Formats: sequence, structure tokens, C-alpha cells
Amino acid sequence: MSLALTLFSALAIAAGVFFFLAGTVALLRFPDSLSRLHALTKADNLGLGLVVLGLLPRAGSPLAGLKLIVLWALVQLSSATVAQLIGAALRRQDVPE
Amino acid sequence: MSASTIAGFVGSGLVGLGLYALIVNPEPLKKLLAFNLIGSGVFLVFGLVARRGAVGAFLFDPVPQAMVITGIVVAFAASALAVALMLRLADESGCIALDPEGGTRLDDGAEDT
Amino acid sequence: MTLFDALDLALAAIVLGVAAWTIAAREMFSAVVGYVAYGLLLAIVWVRLYAPDVALTEASIGSGVTGVLLVAASTRLRRLPAPDAPPGAALKIAAALLSVLVTGVLATAVLYLPNPAASLAPEADRHLAATGLGNAVTAVLIAYRSFDTMLEKVVLVLAVVGVWSVAPERFWGGQPAPLGPAAPDAALVFLARILAPIGVVIGVQMFWVGADDPGGAFQGGAILAAMWIIVMMARLTEPPPIGSGWLRLALISGPAVFLLVGVAGPYMAGSFFGYPVGFAKPLILFVEAFMVLSIGVTLPLLVAGPPSREAGQ
Repeated sequence: MSLALTLFSALAIAAGVFFFLAGTVALLRFPDSLSRLHALTKADNLGLGLVVLGLLPRAGSPLAGLKLIVLWALVQLSSATVAQLIGAALRRQDVPE
Repeated sequence: MSASTIAGFVGSGLVGLGLYALIVNPEPLKKLLAFNLIGSGVFLVFGLVARRGAVGAFLFDPVPQAMVITGIVVAFAASALAVALMLRLADESGCIALDPEGGTRLDDGAEDT
Repeated sequence: MTLFDALDLALAAIVLGVAAWTIAAREMFSAVVGYVAYGLLLAIVWVRLYAPDVALTEASIGSGVTGVLLVAASTRLRRLPAPDAPPGAALKIAAALLSVLVTGVLATAVLYLPNPAASLAPEADRHLAATGLGNAVTAVLIAYRSFDTMLEKVVLVLAVVGVWSVAPERFWGGQPAPLGPAAPDAALVFLARILAPIGVVIGVQMFWVGADDPGGAFQGGAILAAMWIIVMMARLTEPPPIGSGWLRLALISGPAVFLLVGVAGPYMAGSFFGYPVGFAKPLILFVEAFMVLSIGVTLPLLVAGPPSREAGQ
């Protein structure tokens, strides 16, 4: 595998890990649940996308690469839904009926 | 110290943690969590044995791994039965306790045949 | 110390840390969330132990479906008082000593395991070609130790019967309570509608591929079960009444087909639970297909719980 592709993979994965780290720092440091939720969903999705992008050149076959992309799409779908559900639950808590 | 030995130590630690929590926590749901911790610790020790069974070109011994898969499914079934019993007991007694007679009660235990 | 050793040590520390947090958490819901995270971390540990089938099972059943069960239980128990007083210092010290003793004994056993290790891997591999399978773990589950796996399916059926029998007498034959709220969030309904067909395809593929690669009936069945659970949570369908015929048929089809194939063994291959040499793989996949159906029906029933309404309502 060429050096350029290895470098690209390493850079993309490193960037992805950096975004995961940023999301974790936000989880620990932000003041309230809604802002933590916002930071987590954005940073983690972007981090996972970059990691998947970095792994694509290393995938064994086009089918394996396609599976990685489907994986990213599924995680986006489920984490978006979970963020909506948690946000709705938090809003219910703040506005007592 | 290889990955498998570390996993074996983690398994032993989990069994100890789970045993402590099982004895000390009075709430039934926490006891169930502790029981699951003990179970997964034991499975990790099985995993260690399976990994050490790597001879020649084989990376692992499949028999302990199959036992662990069976064990995980049966542990879930046992947890489901425990939760059903726990919820029924809580419905009947109105509080969360393994022995409701020993604690305070909210309702009279309305009869459900 | 190589990079992988550092990774293993860090992973071990995190797993023990999350487990300790789970048992120390005050609220039940926090403890359950900690347990789900712990299960996912354990799946990574299993991958490091070169056990991808077990990692799949742990992530799907051990952490996923058990997590749904425990979250539902903790939600229902949250509003009730817990009158038991926490134990005194004496019991805590005694329990701590016992735990340290048990951990020490296990750790010593881990260190003094026989060297060279006894292994059944060569034996398992020798007959793998005759079964037509490529995945040794699937071969152990369905071919070499098929009787144990069939009995495990029977244990699952017994667990369902046990859960159902917890209900009051007058509810027998009725429906379990719905799994989701009366007006489910639109995002959840959207997720159920999009994810369920994809999940069914993934579950069936995981079962099919399990003959030669990591996967298998339990893992694929767990994915199918999760899809039915999420559809029930979004109130797109309701838990079926426990007296319905198709439900009970689907429940017992797994162990029943397995047992039938096993009892037909003496006529086909000369021994109880034996498979004929040329026809082993189709027969194994046939048995596994019914196992997937059974597991996909059993796990959601165990999560749904005992019936809470009278039959016919």
C-alpha cells in the first residue's frame, strides 16, 4: 500500500480521535445536559466519520468499505434519534406539566 | 503479561467486585447487576482458557468460547426471570425489598389471586 | 512494553473502573447505564481475546437486550421506596475480605494454569471439513455439542414459561403491557420504521455468514429480536397475547426442530444427533434457521414480561 494512503489513513484517524477527545472533554466540562448532548452528538459523529474515512483505504475489499460506510450511517441514524429522545426528556423535566 | 492473562485478572477482579456488591447491596436490582458482573467475570476466565488453547496454527480453542456463548444467553434468561419476579414482588408489596415483611409497607398487599 | 500491551492494560483498568462505578452508583438507572457501557467495553476485551463470536454475543445479548430489560425494570421500580437499611460496617468488612479471598484464589488459578495448555482446537479442526462449516465455534455449538445447545434452547422456553407464570391467574392468555409510551416520540417511530427492515437484513446475514465467519444463530437472532423490540417500543405493533397459537409455535420451533433432527440421527447417520456426512451443512443451516426464529421470538417475550391484561381485551 502506498505511503500517501497510509499517511492519509493516519491523519484521518488521528483527526477522528481528536474529535472524540473534544467530545469527551465537553461531556466533562459543559454546564448542563443539553449542551453536553449537543457536543456529544456533533463531535462523536464527526469523529466516527473521520475514523471510517481513514479506514476505507485499508479495507480489504470494496464490500468491506461499503460495510464501514453503512456502519457510519447506522450510527448517525441511531445517535440522532437518541439525541432527540434525550432532548425531549430533558425538556419535559424543565417544564413540569 | 499477555492480553489473555490480563483478561484473566480482570475476570477475577470482576468476580470479587460482584461478590462484594451482591452481599452488601440490599436492593434486588443491584444484586441482579452484581450477579451479572460475577457471570461475566467467570466468562472472561473461560476466554483466557480458550485463548491459551492456541496450539500450532489455531488462534483459539473453540469449545470454551461456545460454552461462553451459551452462558451469556442463559444468563440473560435468568436475569429476565429475576426481573419478572422482582417486579411482581414490588407490585404486591409496594416497596423494593427482597423481604417486604421486614421493612415498611405502603399498602396492605391487596389480594391478587 | 508494546503498544498492544499498553492498550490491554488501559482497557482492563477502564473495565474494572466502570464495573466499580456500576456497583457504587446511588441511583438504579445510573447503575444500569453503567452496566450497558461495561458490556460494550467487554465486547472489545473479547475481540482482544480473539473471540469475535463471543464479542458479538456479548454486545448484542449481554449488553443490548439485557440493558433494555434492566432499564425497563429500573424505570418501573424507581418510584417505589426502598426500606432496607444499608448493612453495617461489620458485614461490609466481612464481605470485602471474602471478595478479596475469592479474587486471590481465582488470580492464583489463572497464574498456575497448566503449561502447555490442554486444547481441543486440533480435534475440532480435524472434523471441520466433514461438517462443511468454516467457523469452528458454530461447529462446536451445532455439531459437536449439539445436545447442549438444544437443551439451552429448552432452557430459554422454560424461562419464558417462568416469566409468564408470574402473572396473576386471571391474566393468563392476555397481552403483556406495551413496551413504549402512549404517544411515542416521532423520532423513535422514524427510527423504528427505517431501522427495522435494515436490521432484519443484517440479522439474517449474520446468521447465514456464521457458518464460515464470525456470526451465527444467537447473534443474528438477537438482532432480529432487537428489531421487534424497537418496533414494539415505537407502538407500531403491540406485544402479542401469550395464548396465541403462532407465538407458541414460533417459540418451540427452535428446540423442537433441533430435537427432531437429533432423533432422526440414528436413521440418517447411525447415532443420536449425528449428521450424515454429505448432507451435514444443509441440515445444520436448517436447524439454525429455526433457532434464529425461536430466539427472535423468545428474547422480546422475555423483555415484555408477564401478561398484564385479561385475554380478549
